[in-house]
Amino acid sequence: MAKSISELEEIARKCRVEIVKMVHRAQAGHPGGSLSEIDLLAALYATRMRVRPDEPRWQDRDRFILSKGHASPGMYSILAEMGFISHEDLKSYRVLGGVCQGHVDMKWCPGVDFSAGSLGMGLSFGMGCATAARLDESERRAFVMIGDGEMQEGSVWEAAMAAAHHELGNLKVILDRNRIQNDDFCEVQMRMFDIPAKWKAFGWNVKEIDGHNMTEIMEGLDFLEAPENCNGPSILIAHTIKGAGISYMENNPSFHGAAPNDEQFHQAMVELGEVDA
Amino acid sequence: MTRMAATRDGYGQALLDLADNEKVVVLEADLGKSTKSLHFRKSYPDRTISCGIGEQNMLLVGAGMAASGYIPFASTFAIFTERAFEQMRNGIARPNLAVHLCGSHGGTHTGTDGSSAQSIEDLAVFRTLPNVVVMHPCDDVSTRVLTTQLPALGKPSYMRTARNKTPVLYDGRENEIQIGKGITLKEGSDVAIVACGVLVSESLKAAEALAEQGINATVVDMHTLKPIDGALIDTIVARCGALVTAEDHNVIGGLGSAVAEHLVANNFAPLEMVGVPDRFGESGQADEMLEVMQISAHYIALAAKKAISRK
Repeated sequence: MAKSISELEEIARKCRVEIVKMVHRAQAGHPGGSLSEIDLLAALYATRMRVRPDEPRWQDRDRFILSKGHASPGMYSILAEMGFISHEDLKSYRVLGGVCQGHVDMKWCPGVDFSAGSLGMGLSFGMGCATAARLDESERRAFVMIGDGEMQEGSVWEAAMAAAHHELGNLKVILDRNRIQNDDFCEVQMRMFDIPAKWKAFGWNVKEIDGHNMTEIMEGLDFLEAPENCNGPSILIAHTIKGAGISYMENNPSFHGAAPNDEQFHQAMVELGEVDA
Repeated sequence: MTRMAATRDGYGQALLDLADNEKVVVLEADLGKSTKSLHFRKSYPDRTISCGIGEQNMLLVGAGMAASGYIPFASTFAIFTERAFEQMRNGIARPNLAVHLCGSHGGTHTGTDGSSAQSIEDLAVFRTLPNVVVMHPCDDVSTRVLTTQLPALGKPSYMRTARNKTPVLYDGRENEIQIGKGITLKEGSDVAIVACGVLVSESLKAAEALAEQGINATVVDMHTLKPIDGALIDTIVARCGALVTAEDHNVIGGLGSAVAEHLVANNFAPLEMVGVPDRFGESGQADEMLEVMQISAHYIALAAKKAISRK
């Protein structure tokens, strides 16, 4: 699964193109959080996840739970890149009968391990997957991506406490710290103070990285997999930019859950190097 | 002398019965001593997961384990299952993951803890969820048998058990008990009383009182509220022509509503619904609560006569 940094960056770029196309085609959806998470997803899937795209329900696969399930275009784009679904399937995003439901759904889409969309649920589900893996004496891991706004849900902290209590070293969380939630900046909606300190206080191994620097992302994933961090749950706090890669979406709360118009779509394709200006 | 037992003890025994299946796991939220999962914990600590006082997390840990091939049995007080309703809805029912949730201490019969602990809406809320089977058995034997049938179900379930002892009805009758099939405990042709949980034995008492007045009542233990046994309802409508439902639960949304939904769509007959009259409970002994809530045998018999008068 060795991939160079530039290869990973190209995977992420292609995914960004698909994310914007999906949301533009549907004229609905969540581009901001998809673009902030996609460098992390690209590196995780392309270099770490032990999965079989042609056997998506393989019992001993690593699980990936997108707890911020509305950021589904990001996940669908990497699933297509990995071969779980086709690029044609991406056109079914938010379309009646489509495998790409509005929020990721395990009943509809191969490669989706949890039906998310309601915040604060994925970490608990991941804890269940990790507990089952331990009982099975399996080496499989449960990776969970959560959002920063999502940490305002109390159930996240129920799970954080329980996972540390049970010393679930096979549970790995990636926090997409993009600083924006539905209505506004997180800092306006609900201040969260010292996030690394909170997770440390709950008994987790913690590392912070720049979630758009592929070299740092690979170091962060190394941290999650390091044997010394497998005695308990670990979290990678990835500092990201909501809407990363599309200038007018970056740090813009309006693009949490809004689609670009035709003119904005063209500009995005230019910025991503798909078409000439 | 009738043996007395609590349905929660049947649940605890059933978990031990199921333990030979290595995929069966038990999830607790600090109330294993009360829900009776503690016996399983003592014998199988490796397959018992403490989730602390965190019901929302517990249900979704169960979902993750069910999606990984395990058969989770999670329990807490009925009232506290309600705070995890959306987890049950979005994380369990929607993906149809076979997590089995047991809410003990249901109903006003729970007694002296008072209204904060007396769930009177659990059956209603879980009945609204697609894929979820909803049960409220009346004695420890049927609770044990129904619980041991759950792994074969392959879909999620909610079962309410009760804290306090009630008469045991099914000693030696285990073979009659099956998820989804109501049980006719007494046959009469004047009126049919359909009950669940602690009000089944109250309904039998009501039927005895009615018999002394020359009224012959059918009594049905409808231990499964969803899917409701429509064929049995059709049978008793044909036989009796008037129905009463009896439940220690808000009269809105529970067994009475389930029976009414079937009646209006199939086979209309007068129906009187005995249930908690859309109010919260208070502290009191179990038998006192049935009187305060107007759901004891006396009130069931009154409702039966009213249903007959409406024929």
